[in-house]
Amino acid sequence: MDYGLTAEMLARIQFAFTVSFHFIFPAFSIGTASYLAVLNGLWLWKRDPAYLKLFEYWKTIFAVTFGMGVVSGIVMSYQFGTNWSVFSERAGAVIGPLMGYEILTAFFLEAGFLGIMLFGRKRVGDTLHMVAVVVVAIGTLISATWILSVNSWMHTPAGYGIDANGNFVPEDWWAIVFNPSFPYRLVHTVLAAFLTTAFVVGAVGAFHLLRDRTNRQAQIMFSMAMWMAAIVTPMQIFAGDMHGLNTLEHQPAKIAAMEGHFESHPDGAPLILFGIPNEAEQRIEYGIEIPKLSSLILKHDLNAPLEGLDAFPEDERPPVMIPFFAFRIMVGIGFLMLGVGVWSLWARYRKTLYTNGLLHRAALVMGPSGFVAVLAGWFTTEVGRQPFTVYGLMRTSESLSPVDAPAVGASLTAFVVVYFLVFGAGVFYLLRLMKRTPMVDDDHELDKGPHRAAGINPGPAQEDTIRAGASSHGH
Amino acid sequence: MAIDLPTVWAGIIAFSVLAYVVLDGFDLGVGILFPFFPHRGDRDLMTNSIAPVWDGNETWLVMGGGGLLAAFPVVYGTVLSALYMPIILMLLGLVFRGVAFEFRWRTIRGSIWWDVGFWLGSTVAAFCQGIALGALVQGITIVDRSYAGGWWDWLTPFTILTGLAVVIGYALLGATWLNLKTTGSLQARARTLSMITGAGTLGLIGIVSLWSPFINASYFERWFAFPAAYYSAFVPLMLAGCAFALWQGLTADKHLQPFLAALGLFVISFVGIGISFYPYIVPTALTIEEAAAPDSSLQFLLVGAVVLIPVILAYTGYAYWVFRGKMDPEEGYH
Ligand code: HDD
Ligand code: HEM
Ligand code: HEM
Repeated sequence: MDYGLTAEMLARIQFAFTVSFHFIFPAFSIGTASYLAVLNGLWLWKRDPAYLKLFEYWKTIFAVTFGMGVVSGIVMSYQFGTNWSVFSERAGAVIGPLMGYEILTAFFLEAGFLGIMLFGRKRVGDTLHMVAVVVVAIGTLISATWILSVNSWMHTPAGYGIDANGNFVPEDWWAIVFNPSFPYRLVHTVLAAFLTTAFVVGAVGAFHLLRDRTNRQAQIMFSMAMWMAAIVTPMQIFAGDMHGLNTLEHQPAKIAAMEGHFESHPDGAPLILFGIPNEAEQRIEYGIEIPKLSSLILKHDLNAPLEGLDAFPEDERPPVMIPFFAFRIMVGIGFLMLGVGVWSLWARYRKTLYTNGLLHRAALVMGPSGFVAVLAGWFTTEVGRQPFTVYGLMRTSESLSPVDAPAVGASLTAFVVVYFLVFGAGVFYLLRLMKRTPMVDDDHELDKGPHRAAGINPGPAQEDTIRAGASSHGH
Repeated sequence: MAIDLPTVWAGIIAFSVLAYVVLDGFDLGVGILFPFFPHRGDRDLMTNSIAPVWDGNETWLVMGGGGLLAAFPVVYGTVLSALYMPIILMLLGLVFRGVAFEFRWRTIRGSIWWDVGFWLGSTVAAFCQGIALGALVQGITIVDRSYAGGWWDWLTPFTILTGLAVVIGYALLGATWLNLKTTGSLQARARTLSMITGAGTLGLIGIVSLWSPFINASYFERWFAFPAAYYSAFVPLMLAGCAFALWQGLTADKHLQPFLAALGLFVISFVGIGISFYPYIVPTALTIEEAAAPDSSLQFLLVGAVVLIPVILAYTGYAYWVFRGKMDPEEGYH
């Protein structure tokens, strides 16, 4: 089962496939964990059961997503060894400890408190339960921090030396962790996770408002989500711009690919809005360009020179097609999100936020946009790093395990089949959970499950701390 | 005196793997036993008894892998490519196992399929872990710090035997866990299963222990040549002690003792494997010393590990404490 491809290509496809699937879940659960912390906080503060019910509603969705994030993540943590053993061996001393810290400071924390967050409100009381909810939310953010540090180091390596065997050895941990692209990537990705969640929550709110515009919980969801859209999208666009400037400094060839600049422009580069890259002839076909705008955006000067791909040796140029299109998809979605955010501000001002059916339809359509943008962003970044795994230092072709193409092809096939089956079913269940009308006295057939007190007697010591009104299981 | 960082790290990784084996062992064991519990209500209780803790249990597996990547990158690279197929199969098994906890509640008609997935996923994961262990014991061909063997080297009668032993052993852990957490007919059945799997586990430990010294001469010397044999004799003695505690606990209808005794069997077998391996980390191919990452890496992560592992153990213990006690079948179901 080698599909006529080399082991290297198959291993890359397998890695891209599994990590893309993995990232879909954290992109949503990082934001949802924080959203749940806010909802639970509001419930404890205002004692308005609408918030408690919203917490319960999204908690079930979170539990399903989180489970899929965990199992797809465990696959990732072993893929480095199975598919990229040479990379693991040569870079392990640098990236391994960072991942080790991710496990020690984030994964255990999330896992340890997840059970209490999902099943334990009755057993530990409101305060400790709130602590667990916040700890899980913080855990997801710590996790993102470490893994993005690892990934950023592969893009902009710093603080390392190279020993006699050609292995990377750490020299300055501070420089490794806070490598040049890390702060930008962290901010941009975490904001992306929040936006992804906001647009899902907004779409679910809009869906239920379209059915019943007086549904109070749908109103709360929609309003909270639209505040996020209005406030966070501009921040994200700004962060993305800064990220781009940083990339220009450290990975100019990637920027040239993203911009579609095959040629260098010594006196002001145009911004190519659309076009079709022709890599064989090294030019853009059917391009629509705005003269000099690219230099203005990237260098803040209309006539600044900008290097194109022709400035780099042929064997160090990234492919153009994927970064070029993926980048435009991400940026396009960013501006659409901004549009929805501004529109919602206007509707709020006109007091039509809960009645404007057109806005609700737009928000519904935008529901999955965060996932598309996030994946497009990763494809831009990762393909733009090619042909290197550690930028400028270690090539992808040198990173591969000594595996045979048929073995990788077989495992790739198995991953594709299993992931579509399992995660397809998961997404189906998620959509069904989101279709439930949120109601204050809701008791839906599908809402049962292990979070229902997990069927265990409360320990005697906790019995007295249960507060009648605080029970999450009082259906 | 400077501490010997590679040995310390080998110890931490061994601890993580052991924690994984005993903790996720009983989760996977519960899954392996699914077919013996035809009533859906029983299976609900079984999954709910592990739902709050399985994620934390599985994280020790990530810790074992992550620790290897950080402290012994060459082992991580070579062993995982040598065991490519069993590892991928194990991961796929864990995917099914992990999602089943939630998915089986999200559908009424499809629920049985996720129960089958839970059983199959648990069994495949356990079997592949046993194969991986057997393949390590049997030895991995490493030339110039990279894997130089074939794609099917891991598949031998010996590894199939170790795979089977781990499946039965995990089933024992699962059965004694259910004996601890449940009441009534479910518990009675769990007790019977504990007896059967207990006998099976002991038998298989015996066969594997007698077989492995003949696979590799260095194990033979470690276990049968004097004076080393005086020291290694304590392992079989303690195994016998645990076996007695298991049998006595089950016949006297004790609830905690059989579970602890089953854990003891695993801990002691694990120590036995450690005796065989030391000072190698991949037997006869790589020693702990030569496989270690530079001291700067070991030191950097050790600071965190020394502080954080006790904290992790404390809050993990707390989470178990919160969910202590017998499961109540009356609560929480329609
Ligand atoms: C909701 C998600 C989302 C949205 C709306 C945007 N991005 Fe983004 N972008 C990401 C999600 C994302 C990401 C998934 O977080 C990436 C992939 C890897 C990374 O570092 O961040 C990313 C990467 C990424 C990169 C590549 C950085 C590199 O070279 O490594 C640039 C230059 C931008 N973004 C710029 C923008 C701009 C100018 C946007 C708005 C108009 C924008 N992004 C919207
Ligand atoms: C989560 C979102 C991510 C996505 C969607 C993604 C996507 C991709 C894609 C498409 C490739 C193949 C590029 C090509 O071969 O042209 C790739 C390769 C790779 N990525 Fe990422 N990536 C993500 C995150 C990460 C992270 C966090 C890391 C490191 C910790 C990482 C490390 C790698 C490695 C090692 C490869 C293989 C070598 C290579 O082809 O560059 N990726 N990824
Ligand atoms: C190739 C790189 C990656 C690897 C090896 C990896 C590894 C893992 C592992 C092993 C888990 C399960 C932890 C557990 O047992 O609880 C996990 C979950 C998680 N990962 Fe990843 N991960 C990668 C990329 C990412 C990225 C890019 C992000 C975010 C920016 C991320 C964020 C998370 C989060 C928040 C979780 C918790 C589960 C969830 O939220 O769904 N991971 N990851």
